[in-house]
Amino acid sequence: MGLFSGKKGLILGVANDYSIAWAIARRLVDEGAELGFTHLPGEKMERRVRRVVDPINPKLLVPCDVQKDEDIAAAFSAARESFGTLDFVLHSIAFAPLDDLKCPFVKASRDGFKLAMDVSVYSLVAVSRSASELMPEGGAILTLTYYGGEKVVPGYNMMGVCKAALDASVKYLAFDLGPRKIRVNALSAGPVKTLAASAIGDSDKLAGLYEAISPMKRNITREEVGSTGMFLLSDLASGVTGEILHVDCGYNVMGSPGQALEAALQAKG
Amino acid sequence: MSIEERVVEIVSEQMGVAKDQIKRETEFIKDLGADSLDTVELVMEFEEEFDIQIPDEEAEKIQTVGQAIDYIQEHSK
Repeated sequence: MGLFSGKKGLILGVANDYSIAWAIARRLVDEGAELGFTHLPGEKMERRVRRVVDPINPKLLVPCDVQKDEDIAAAFSAARESFGTLDFVLHSIAFAPLDDLKCPFVKASRDGFKLAMDVSVYSLVAVSRSASELMPEGGAILTLTYYGGEKVVPGYNMMGVCKAALDASVKYLAFDLGPRKIRVNALSAGPVKTLAASAIGDSDKLAGLYEAISPMKRNITREEVGSTGMFLLSDLASGVTGEILHVDCGYNVMGSPGQALEAALQAKG
Repeated sequence: MSIEERVVEIVSEQMGVAKDQIKRETEFIKDLGADSLDTVELVMEFEEEFDIQIPDEEAEKIQTVGQAIDYIQEHSK
């Protein structure tokens, strides 16, 4: 008997093998969960996601562009047909136009900002609303955030502002849905090489920073994010909601780079 | 397998084209129809397979299969 035996959930945001959503999905399957997935509309996007999820033979794979209310409605209606009710939903979706992401935040365009906020933040609100309708006995919703929403991480730029709004949304959604026994949390992972991370400038160097500065002197693994994500969606976390849980080897508690700074200065000569 | 064979294998798998269609002069975008997601994923696959880092500004210069092979040969440990 796994932690998720008899439990059903919908996963939004698997793009490829490297996706954090996929790392979490695999742990959920290990524990006996039955999963449905969404993909961006289009034959090519469907093929991408199908290639990843096929080995676990999912009961559901539906298109969903989270910018469209009718797409979200259709995806959850398909989930209702396949599963009846849902126990959990994983939201692992963000987007910003590259030009607005690569430039200093002060130069971000109005249209780019609106688009990024819509896809990366409002989508959680819309998805949580639809998900809650399929969770009559309660459930769990999890989204992915990043430390760049709490503090300035150079290169993270506009997405940091989106993540700040996402973190606040998690708390307000937790408040709204708490009485219905629906928990809403966010997992804040250290740098993981994913499709999304490839859009962040210097994301490779960021991993080195975690190795140098974090209390554990290493970066996290994709598997660790998978396990903690699974935990937050499970009944083991039944008393946890509105939480931003860091899986970052402790990086976020550091207020100075400590010995890493001395080492860097020494290397400089 | 040589670096060249491993690169061809990855490109064939990622782009869904037969290996004998992939030559050194094959262009990812023009000949194989790679979109922006494909190119990012190819870079990720190369980085993973050969344990290297390909910075964005370098990745942008890699247009053909041959250029990818050359870059990897120069930078892999």
